[in-house]
Amino acid sequence: MSDLSGAADPRAGFGQARSFAGPHLLSHAATAFRVVFGIFIFFLILESVTRLELVPPIYLPRASTVVRRMVELLLDPKFLSHVGATLHAWAVGLALATLISVPIGILIGTSELAYKMTSPLIEFMRPIPSVALIPLGILLWGQGFSMKVILVAYAATWPILFNTLYGVHDVDPIAVQTARCFGLKQAAILRRISLPSAAPFIFTGIRISAAIALIVVIGAELLASSDSGIGSYILFVSSNGGQMDSVLAGAAIAGIIGALINSALGLIDRRLFGWRYLGATPS
Amino acid sequence: MSTERIRIDRRSPRPFSAIQSFAVRYGLGIALVIVWEYAARKAGSIFFPAPSEILHRAATLWLSGPPQRLFLSDSVFQDVIPSLFRLLGGWALAVLIGVPLGILIGRSRNLCDLVNPALQFLRAIPGPALIPIFIILLGTESTMRVTLIAFGSVWPILLNTIEGTRTVDPVQLDTVQAFRIPRHARLWRIVLPAALPKIFAGMRVSLALAVILMVVSELVASTSGIGYRIQNAQIMFLLTDMWCGIVLLALIGYTLNWLFLKFEGRVLGWHRGARGRTATS
Repeated sequence: MSDLSGAADPRAGFGQARSFAGPHLLSHAATAFRVVFGIFIFFLILESVTRLELVPPIYLPRASTVVRRMVELLLDPKFLSHVGATLHAWAVGLALATLISVPIGILIGTSELAYKMTSPLIEFMRPIPSVALIPLGILLWGQGFSMKVILVAYAATWPILFNTLYGVHDVDPIAVQTARCFGLKQAAILRRISLPSAAPFIFTGIRISAAIALIVVIGAELLASSDSGIGSYILFVSSNGGQMDSVLAGAAIAGIIGALINSALGLIDRRLFGWRYLGATPS
Repeated sequence: MSTERIRIDRRSPRPFSAIQSFAVRYGLGIALVIVWEYAARKAGSIFFPAPSEILHRAATLWLSGPPQRLFLSDSVFQDVIPSLFRLLGGWALAVLIGVPLGILIGRSRNLCDLVNPALQFLRAIPGPALIPIFIILLGTESTMRVTLIAFGSVWPILLNTIEGTRTVDPVQLDTVQAFRIPRHARLWRIVLPAALPKIFAGMRVSLALAVILMVVSELVASTSGIGYRIQNAQIMFLLTDMWCGIVLLALIGYTLNWLFLKFEGRVLGWHRGARGRTATS
């Protein structure tokens, strides 16, 4: 199983482990303060570096200019429709990947033979970069929604598949043996034991894929020059007189959306599977 | 101990013979290639050429050179090798930046909290969205591509190094402090070995990312590279050439991952032994 380290341990999120130290309001406040302070310092550093004007500001605008542009963009309904298009393709592609890879992962993970038979194939298909399929995708499905969705689904499939596989494979053998001793059928074992214990892994896979999917959507929009989406907006402003403040503002908004999605999913993860972090012994 | 035995008993009632295990391991892949070959010939679609056709084309593209150059054609030297150099260069840069910085940040909890939001934000910025900026700042030469690869693939290494450094056993750290072991020894003997498994996991994720970013960087304003060839083939509607590029990328990704696993097995062999775990594949 060592070659499946794409399967991350759900307990291994950066900055997650602490939250179960206890509900100390004070420490929460201190952390929140440090977070805000950190963002402030980050902005200050960017601002002072860009104010040095090592590069002409037309090429590398000041951080404050970019932030102002970001606010303008977020109030602009036209840009918001681009964001909507990106998120639409992102959500459909991610859902498609989940629907495909969770059942397949469970199927392969529960049977040793199926696992052995498919692993070389999976290992060969996985490294094909989704962006390398953009040219093929353009020829097959055009530059619009379906091309984006299919590419996203392709890229998002792997982490979910690997984590599902890993989770189903990693089920406590004693629990399975016990269930079998009590005469539970294969289906019942799957539903009562394998799935609940694999669920946190599956969710981690979805979370990893969510981040990848967003990057792939925007990349596909940009590289395939789609007609809508954040990526196509960035392509448009960069090729029309190189408005770098708009390019950076678009990229930064994409980054913020990605970070928000990630922390939202992290929150859901802890709500749903918090029990796992509490009694978890290191495996 | 006993659970391990039960598991083995259940999952492989008797060992496979060599032929059987070969059939199990590669049977499905071979069957799929045969089905693809048959279906492609039957359908005659230009979008999905038969595997034999792709193989034939790949041989003419890359293996038609003179014998004294190991039959490698010009295209290998113009596209494949520069691509590999950019890929490995960008990844090496990411490792060189990510690991020391990660250890530095991971040693201090306050620093962790301070930089975490910025890191999460930077990590979430899609690499392709920064290409216009990178082109303006660094031009369209290899420097830009290597920088883009490094920028995009540094995050898993950095975040994993931070995580690995943070989770060093506090008892060990206290012991080291009690014995007044000097700082550099603490770093090399305690912190680094403890963080190494996490660092390696990050490096492996980054390696896959670096392949993606290499292609991304070559799809824009480029004159050489595998990505450039694939895009060029699309524009010229040479679908077989495009498939060749895709298969080559899969091969490169597979080989790099394999090499890295070998390397990891060598460096981290003690870790698996110490944790009482055996690799099952």
